[in-house]
Amino acid sequence: MKINVLAFGVAKEIFGNSQVSLELTNDATIYNLKYLLEQQYPRLKQLASYMVAVNNEYALPGDTIHERDEIAIIPPVSGG
Amino acid sequence: MNNTQILLSAKTLNIQSCIDWIMSPESGGIDVFIGTVRNATKGKPVLKLDFEAYEPMAISEMEKISRQAFEKWPVQKILIHHRTGTLQVGEVPVIIAVSAAHRDAAFEACRYIIDTLKQTVPIWKKEAFEDGEVWVAAHP
Repeated sequence: MKINVLAFGVAKEIFGNSQVSLELTNDATIYNLKYLLEQQYPRLKQLASYMVAVNNEYALPGDTIHERDEIAIIPPVSGG
Repeated sequence: MNNTQILLSAKTLNIQSCIDWIMSPESGGIDVFIGTVRNATKGKPVLKLDFEAYEPMAISEMEKISRQAFEKWPVQKILIHHRTGTLQVGEVPVIIAVSAAHRDAAFEACRYIIDTLKQTVPIWKKEAFEDGEVWVAAHP
């Protein structure tokens, strides 16, 4: 399945875009997604940390991704 | 919910209207935290800050924090306003206001809200220095 990944903050600079699209297997997890992104964008590994959000909620590494989910990369937040 | 007001805005935040909204005859006190753009980080002059938000999630995370504060403390109203866009030194990126019958709950809830916001709400700031720009907290 093809999914779009939204990027914010420093992740937008690492991707060179505010979103990228990726091909994932149908039962892919957040862990699989992070692995694939880190292969394509090794600078992600230099971040202090980063989370993935699915449909506006923080996701866990084992969570499964579904085709129409809204996926976003959340680098360390710094609001306030 | 008329006991909660959450706003993410590209326009200047209005401190007085926040205070007017949070005051009520039932309250014995209000607590207001106002974040301001500091002119230096670790001794280096800061020229401006740029704030970016993942807006729908930022709103839902702020609503979550507000619900948690209502569960933890006997507070009456909660207001969270946050800026996006470019802010100059001295401008206000965030206002938290809490009202309660007694001050302890208002102080504690206000501190909880700003501390948690800084940890969980998907908003990012980029500091501009004379020699370049840095996304705050991005790298170890």
